[in-house]
Amino acid sequence: MMKFEYAPAPESRAIVDIAPSYGLFLDGTFTEPSDGGVFKTVNPASEEVLAEVASAGARDVDHAVAAARRAFEPWSALPGPERAKYLFRIARIVQERSRELAVLESLDNGKPIRESRDVDLPLAAAHFFYYAGWADKLGYAGFGPDPRPLGVAAQVIPWNFPMLMLAWKIAPALACGNTVVLKPAETTPLSALFFADICRQADLPPGVVNIITGAGDTGRLLVEHPDVDKVAFTGSTEVGRQIAQAVSGSRKRVTLELGGKAANIVFDDAPIDQAVEGIVNGIFFNQGHVCCAGSRLLVQESVAEELMAALKRRMAHLRVGDPLDKNTDIGAINSAAQLARIRELSDAGAAEGAEAWSPPCELPDRGFWFAPTVFTGVSQAHRIAREEIFGPVLSVLTFRTPAEAVEKANNTPYGLSAGVWTEKGSRILWMAERLRAGVIWANTFNKFDPSSPFGGYKESGFGREGGRQGLEPYVDLEPVRGKAT
Amino acid sequence: MTATVASSPPGVSGSAVDLRSLLHGLPGVDKVGVEGRAAALSTRSIKTTAKAAAIDLAIRMVDLTTLEGADTPGKVRALSAKALRPDPADPNCPPVAAVCVYPSMVPVAAEVLKGSGVHLASVATAFPSGQAPLDVKLADTRDAVAAGADEIDMVISRGSFLAGRYDDVFAEIVAVKEACGDAHLKVILETGELGTYDNVRRASWLAMLAGADFIKTSTGKVPVAATLPVTLVMLEAVRDFRARTGRQVGVKPAGGIRTTKDAIRYLVLINETVGDDWLDPDWFRFGASSLLNDLLMQRTKLTTGHYAGPDYFTLD
Amino acid sequence: MSDRVDVRRTAKLFINGEFPRSESGRAYEVTSHDGRPLGWASRASRKDLREAVVAARAAFPGWSGRTAYNRGQILYRVAELMEGRRAQFESELADAGAGDPPHGVSAAIDRWVWYAGWSDKVAQVLGGTNPVAGPYFDFTVLEPTGVVGVVAPQDQSLLGLVSRVAPAVVSGNTTVVVASERSPLPAVSLAEVLATSDVPPGVVNVLTGSTAELAPWLAAHMDVNAIDVTGVPDDLVADVERAVADNLKRVVRGPAVDPFSEDAQSPYEIAALAEFKTVWHPIGT
Repeated sequence: MMKFEYAPAPESRAIVDIAPSYGLFLDGTFTEPSDGGVFKTVNPASEEVLAEVASAGARDVDHAVAAARRAFEPWSALPGPERAKYLFRIARIVQERSRELAVLESLDNGKPIRESRDVDLPLAAAHFFYYAGWADKLGYAGFGPDPRPLGVAAQVIPWNFPMLMLAWKIAPALACGNTVVLKPAETTPLSALFFADICRQADLPPGVVNIITGAGDTGRLLVEHPDVDKVAFTGSTEVGRQIAQAVSGSRKRVTLELGGKAANIVFDDAPIDQAVEGIVNGIFFNQGHVCCAGSRLLVQESVAEELMAALKRRMAHLRVGDPLDKNTDIGAINSAAQLARIRELSDAGAAEGAEAWSPPCELPDRGFWFAPTVFTGVSQAHRIAREEIFGPVLSVLTFRTPAEAVEKANNTPYGLSAGVWTEKGSRILWMAERLRAGVIWANTFNKFDPSSPFGGYKESGFGREGGRQGLEPYVDLEPVRGKAT
Repeated sequence: MTATVASSPPGVSGSAVDLRSLLHGLPGVDKVGVEGRAAALSTRSIKTTAKAAAIDLAIRMVDLTTLEGADTPGKVRALSAKALRPDPADPNCPPVAAVCVYPSMVPVAAEVLKGSGVHLASVATAFPSGQAPLDVKLADTRDAVAAGADEIDMVISRGSFLAGRYDDVFAEIVAVKEACGDAHLKVILETGELGTYDNVRRASWLAMLAGADFIKTSTGKVPVAATLPVTLVMLEAVRDFRARTGRQVGVKPAGGIRTTKDAIRYLVLINETVGDDWLDPDWFRFGASSLLNDLLMQRTKLTTGHYAGPDYFTLD
Repeated sequence: MSDRVDVRRTAKLFINGEFPRSESGRAYEVTSHDGRPLGWASRASRKDLREAVVAARAAFPGWSGRTAYNRGQILYRVAELMEGRRAQFESELADAGAGDPPHGVSAAIDRWVWYAGWSDKVAQVLGGTNPVAGPYFDFTVLEPTGVVGVVAPQDQSLLGLVSRVAPAVVSGNTTVVVASERSPLPAVSLAEVLATSDVPPGVVNVLTGSTAELAPWLAAHMDVNAIDVTGVPDDLVADVERAVADNLKRVVRGPAVDPFSEDAQSPYEIAALAEFKTVWHPIGT
């Protein structure tokens, strides 16, 4: 019997050229921050500093919004086919530079190169292609014969899928004729800064896209800026609430895509091996840093033992390690802060009486790491069943009947996603009808497509991204809905 | 419909087995899911030392095969010589696992392979169609074993399987296993004709319950032969079978595996599904012919550093 | 520079990704709108048409089986290649007597891009779920109809041709195009673009020759699912419509509007060459 060890298979870093420092991308050029200062972004797998990035202050945010405002009239006046062709250019360049951007994303975020290469970048490019194709046919989108844009969009994105979240925000906004000011997360600013360069390569008119880096304060300043017409935020429910409060009373249109605590429901007739893959993908893909992660496994009691055995056997094959190794399945936790949060909740799980299990794995000594973990004996009241952990930690609960599964799955303030595993088609549809979640995956999980609308119910936010519905947040609805009182 | 397991194959208790209920009660296989898993495992990057070890293991797992109407003693002698010493320039290159031929060619191969440790596999049971009376198939088997084959590759009756006559398929396998005597029995499911992964899982279990030592994907004589997802389903089946009965059964994908890259993908599949216990020629084989030269070329590239050309390896 | 003798064009048929001459051996001289010789084009026979339909049918499962995104990508890249051939298209349009060749080429490329972008959207706009009065999930999808015969507009502008071919292929149909008899060269150049693109062989087949000779065979062919009669001369229309009745082909005709206007493009052109399929499934535990 041979033990098949995989030798290191590192993706080369040479393809990406990270500058020592970056300014803010305003009005088509990089400029130094006027009053905000700088901060560093690190590689979470090694704690190595990657670059120094600007922190945008109030004056910088002003400049950015003013640049977007100036660019808005000519940009929105462009005929649809011309805007479409700019977006097609951008999509093509993202495709051409995919490998470079994937390596960059893995360095800055900590996610495995296999995922940034095979998931993040292809989806990001596809998202630009999809919305490019709407720019010249908005009259067919169901918002009236000539939908008009809103103006300047303030967009704040999270650190878990930096490039992809950027695509989800910028593509529909531009397709509809808006201009944007986008702030990437403070731990993952680099792919947005490289995207600025792509805008330059596409000859996008200056000011249509502006990238300002910074932390929570920068985001707050941007969202609260009086000359912003639209706010789009993806991130934690906590910050989402703050934003909702900050824009109350203004006429700004808002969409929020927030947290989740999705139930992944496995029935006794599920295709077991594929269900195990779906569970693993659901919670360990991207280190569990996924708003729609299947973080609660609801397994029908009659197959619970068999499923858990299969799941643990499968988890033993997960490879945790260097994000740039092509064989890595689970990369680094994005930051020290996030690691602390995961540890806190994991400790709470054990303290509250749930039983933790992790496959043996060797964690590197530098960087931020957490072994994939599954908790059994979890009840609905436990913190690890209610609070979003945002890490590679799965909580397992059982149920007896479909009705009970629905009840438990819905018993949460969140409502972003859910998974259903069963061979019976009618049951899939019955469950889908009753689960209060914006995205339901049946016999699969974590599947995304630019044509497929994504977004949450309840405290997971409101508004949809992707598909025809994804245009709605970026067009003026007065012609179809009448003036708001 | 029940079939009493009269000869109690190893691992199954003597009580009557309702084959149909058992087979139809196995978990289903989601096609998109299993193909997605196989595709994801195909992205593993196996380099340097891992690649060298994998190539040598793959060579040792090859059932070097010739099953043509045009086979002659000359051809089979040449193939058998190659099986013993695949790389003319490197005596350190390991021999393959077995030579696989038609029953009429078994004596020829036996002479060359005698005492070497390389196995001699013969197809039997009216390969590849299986369309012959049972007594002819059993005679075919006995003759091949008598002539020196220590492994028999049989085909199941696909028509009977697809018509749901599981007991008939079962009984045939049991009979052939008996006719094998001490020889190992590989049961060819002809997965390309079974239509669905669910059927592949059922056929795998049926074969194992009936006593197969190995389950094999294909004859190589129909358009669709071995694929990664089909092999994945069969690996899951042998894993589950061992968990249930304690008996280990081997797996052999055959047909369409032409490159080192393909072969390594299969090894990754084994590694991450059933694990080390099957990473051995006793439990996994490649039914192939042109694969061997590609493995040898890749092996040479790793040792010399340059890409090899086909002129440096024998065409047998 | 002395008067250089130029290399003149022979325009051949485009069938299954290759450029054969007509099996009949016939050809005809193509002239400009003002009588200058431009080169020779093959005169396709009914047997060439038969081969083209065979090629289109064989290509259908593969082309319609691709994801909408993949088809959109491939068609978008065709636009990239068309842009690269601007000069040739413009000179062909000028020879054909077009009033503003650069405008015509730009409009054709933008229209091709417009249709390419529909591949992954038309299902959302024209299909959907149906709220039936019972515990059933009921949805309607758009599927390509199969092999589409296109008799291209006679006053051959590239724009006119693109306006008929693009909506056919974007949903997954494969086509047999009878090019304008009078000015076939833009269609031939488009065929050359397609041959160097990622469009699989057989998805678009282009036959040059006599419209009056070929259109009736196309109309009567039992393995053609739909026919676009935009370019059929008035005196043949009735015969063609009679011929299609045998296998109840779908018949479409392009709108009688200025091809440059937005009214000349519509997702309903795509739907006209597609089928709506409705599926029911019970909802229950």
